Amino acid sequence: MQHALLVSVFVIASCGLAYELVAAALASYLLGDSITQFSTVIGAYLFAMGLGSWLSRHIDGDLVRRFVQIELAVGVLGGFAPMGLFLAFASQTGPFRVLLYFAVLVVGVLVGLEIPLVMRILKREVRFKDLVSRVLAVDYLGALAVSLLFPILLAPYLGMMRTGLLFGVLNAGVALYALRLFGHRRLTGLYGMAIVCIGLLLGGFAVAGKVSDIAESWLYADTIIHAESSPYQRIVVTRWRDDVRLFLNQNLQFSSQDEYRYHEALVHPGLAALPHARKILVLGGGDGLAVREILRYPQVESITLVDLDPAMTRLFSSAPLLKRLNGDALNDARVTIINDDAARWLEKHVGGFDFVVADFPDPSNFALGKLYSTGFYRLLKRHLAPGGRVVVQSTSPYYARRAFWIIVTTLEAAGLKTAPYHALVPSFGEWGYVLAGEDVPEMPISYPEGLRFLTIENTPDLFRFPADMSRVPAEPNRLNDQGLVRTFEEEWKKAVH
Amino acid sequence: MQRRDFLATCGIAGCAAVLTGCAPQTPSLPPGELGGSDSGLGHRLRQTDFPPPTETIDIPVLIVGAGVAGLSAAWRFCRETLPARPRFLVLELENKPGGNARYGENAISRYPLGAHYLPLPNREARAVRALLAELGILGGDPETETPEYDERYLCHPLHERLYRLGFWQEGIVPRLGVPLVELAQQERFFARMAQWRDARDAASRRAFALPMAYSSDAPEWTELDRLSMRDWMAREGFDAPSLHWYVNYVCRDDYGTDYRQVSAWAGIHYFACRAGKGSAFGAKTDDGVLTAPEGNGWLVDGLHKLITNACLPDEGWLRTGQAVYALRQNAVGCEVDVWNEASQTSLRVHAGHVIWAAPLFLLPHLASGLPDGLAETISTITYAPWLVANLTLDAPLPEPGAGAGIAWDNVLQDSRALGYVVATHQDIRLASGPTVLTYYYALSEYPPAAARQMLLDMPYEGWAEIILKDLSHAHGALRNRVTHLDIFRYGHAMARPLPGFRDEMRRMRLTAGWGKVRFAHADVSGFSLFEEANYHGVRVAEEILAAHGHLRTRLI
Repeated sequence: MQHALLVSVFVIASCGLAYELVAAALASYLLGDSITQFSTVIGAYLFAMGLGSWLSRHIDGDLVRRFVQIELAVGVLGGFAPMGLFLAFASQTGPFRVLLYFAVLVVGVLVGLEIPLVMRILKREVRFKDLVSRVLAVDYLGALAVSLLFPILLAPYLGMMRTGLLFGVLNAGVALYALRLFGHRRLTGLYGMAIVCIGLLLGGFAVAGKVSDIAESWLYADTIIHAESSPYQRIVVTRWRDDVRLFLNQNLQFSSQDEYRYHEALVHPGLAALPHARKILVLGGGDGLAVREILRYPQVESITLVDLDPAMTRLFSSAPLLKRLNGDALNDARVTIINDDAARWLEKHVGGFDFVVADFPDPSNFALGKLYSTGFYRLLKRHLAPGGRVVVQSTSPYYARRAFWIIVTTLEAAGLKTAPYHALVPSFGEWGYVLAGEDVPEMPISYPEGLRFLTIENTPDLFRFPADMSRVPAEPNRLNDQGLVRTFEEEWKKAVH
Repeated sequence: MQRRDFLATCGIAGCAAVLTGCAPQTPSLPPGELGGSDSGLGHRLRQTDFPPPTETIDIPVLIVGAGVAGLSAAWRFCRETLPARPRFLVLELENKPGGNARYGENAISRYPLGAHYLPLPNREARAVRALLAELGILGGDPETETPEYDERYLCHPLHERLYRLGFWQEGIVPRLGVPLVELAQQERFFARMAQWRDARDAASRRAFALPMAYSSDAPEWTELDRLSMRDWMAREGFDAPSLHWYVNYVCRDDYGTDYRQVSAWAGIHYFACRAGKGSAFGAKTDDGVLTAPEGNGWLVDGLHKLITNACLPDEGWLRTGQAVYALRQNAVGCEVDVWNEASQTSLRVHAGHVIWAAPLFLLPHLASGLPDGLAETISTITYAPWLVANLTLDAPLPEPGAGAGIAWDNVLQDSRALGYVVATHQDIRLASGPTVLTYYYALSEYPPAAARQMLLDMPYEGWAEIILKDLSHAHGALRNRVTHLDIFRYGHAMARPLPGFRDEMRRMRLTAGWGKVRFAHADVSGFSLFEEANYHGVRVAEEILAAHGHLRTRLI
């Protein structure tokens, strides 16, 4: 009997720590800033356990019955908490942090009740001195077991949802075991309840994969018409009525409603001023939308598109809906598609281009930040033909004003003359670009037919920056410090919250 | 702490036992090579049955060993023009120069086979700075406090990360989930180190300088050489497990030796010598080191290029695959016998001076008439064995865990190895692969002789399995992406700085050398750092130049 209960203590101690780790891990996964999340979740959990222990003095009557009830409650609540929290986060119902700490507190209080109850149950048979030493020893041992298993096996292989459910089943199992051990007739009602709980948890286990798909679909407001994970990124295409949107790693890349504004502004102010441009290079931009704009120029002889991810260029050169968006640009005879890392390809490639479009994702990490560095722009400069120009998509000069001007300063530090400009793209906000070349880029005097956004009359306005986006002093973004990435993160954090 | 170590030891020892004991039922291993320092030719030196020399040459200076020390000596000669520059010949046992800074190369990248970074040199490391200036990596005046460095060689962010509790945290000092009291203690530790970094004695010598020869000999600091790093921590009330793990990691990483054995002076020297770094705690040190895909190989290539440019084209200053098997001194100079493995012949060299830039432990085996005192001093040096593995990946590194993204230096806390560096880190790349990971393991948990035996006895399969298993804790399906796994073993990788290594008598004997035979290897310092090898190479070259009245300006 005693040993059986000690085994139970081991199991419930493991469960207790598992819920705590899962909640902390989930919080840092969803909210970022893992140090804060870990420390606050663990603190709140320990506090709640203390509260539970203190409250345990109010629990009287049939202790075994109470213990079984608490085990079942911990099992179900603790087990489903990660799934519930994930769904809550994805559906954006209610303040997520409040729900998180509420769940942590409730589970923590229940877990805090367990050990005092077990000790009171065992008190009848064991001397206090032995009781404390054994129960607490086994308790800490259980914690050790999970703290080792969690990072090595559970988190990487089961994931947070299934880990939670697994320990829920263990808790309910302890309840069932306790029922068998004590075998009271009065407890038969609880038997049924325990079986139901275990059934629920196992059911949750079975649907965990589906639930995470559903949760993902909630993260995107519209219907997902395509989703795939390449070795480089998660590609999701959504559609609502006639608005098609592309998301890479959950970041919006374009909305078909207004992408013409973004891509016209990206290509034409630079290219329309180069009537002799023959050879064009597009870096990034595997969606083919920039290529579509470039194909408006009859004098263009070749367009080389270098995009890292074959999944992107394959998707945008084969799916009918997406081909309609980019005018089947990627299958045009003048276009050569190369799937390679942009800088690696440039290092290998010899020869200059008349116009280069650098359409990379925003500098949100150090790998991307390198594509906005003095080192990269020097490499790019070597690939400009005489009189050639490069245009760089440069994040928002409104939301990330310093980041934008860092990019301008960096191009200048690499020895290029710049002409920064901006355009309003409703689904992004005010967006920034930088034209650059060996000499100061001039304005175009005419645009190709059929543009919906740009006009020659309005073009000078794009190059004028209102007071809230005007130039601020900045240090160039060097490979070894990457101030751009830190600035970009800070500014966008402020813009989003 | 002890219990965790014990569990970890059981884990890996157990897995090694399973591997060697029974037929492994594990997935197939990637192809690769089991190589290393040429222990075959090295051990051949212990025999004496070499055929008599068939050729004799005369040379004013013979340099034995083309590692950083030997090449630095040759480079120092080359800073002088003829006729001040003596003619010299460099002999190397291996088939490539570089010693511990050698490198390899495949279709994806160059990668280190040993040392992989150089901290930004202090002002007192004048020879290192002069070298970097000559290589065009350091711009402006090499003597200023903060010179300009080429951004391509400064380590790019993210510098380092630690896998802990299933997460990657930025930086190697454990912080994630570490109790506040431990964090406070870490802060106290780093404040103490920062104090020592600025400390100077009455003669204004730094307490802990690099090269170490410039350090103060005031007893308040040298007494730290009498106890181990761990005992010093205990004495000073540093007991936080996270700090102990970190300090031990540093000792294993830099000296291949457990902190229970490392001299406290050497352990503190690591933290206190580098003035290029900011306050270590909390401060970004991303620009603190120079590195390249090939580790320190670019410095070897740079030295090689500078020497070749200075020498006459027909001079043939370097010969590889050469084993010195006998060394004698006479009234006029030195007589050195050399075995050429490729041609299976012996060569006799008459040299005015010998610069011994090979590990010192070899000397007693082949030198005749080596004084007993010197032989005894050399015999006190023990060497740490190391393993370096290069894993070639054909795709991005799988990272199922959360936290910081891939860094240059990536450490797993619950591992007995030292983690890995990423060869393509300095490249401008969006994807974290294809790449080459260089994995380091100092076998510091056993006595050196036993560890060396284990290192050499374990078959390729055993090591490959241990390495893949270790990394898969953080990288899940890594095994499927590794196309090649090469293992490089160093039986005698580096001298271990044990308590007493800084002893005055010992240093005087080794710096004085043996008549016309001068010692330039980093073994003279007692720890294997680029700055030390470079210092002793340049030092002996300047001694020889001075002896002939040709020394005009000094780097030392």
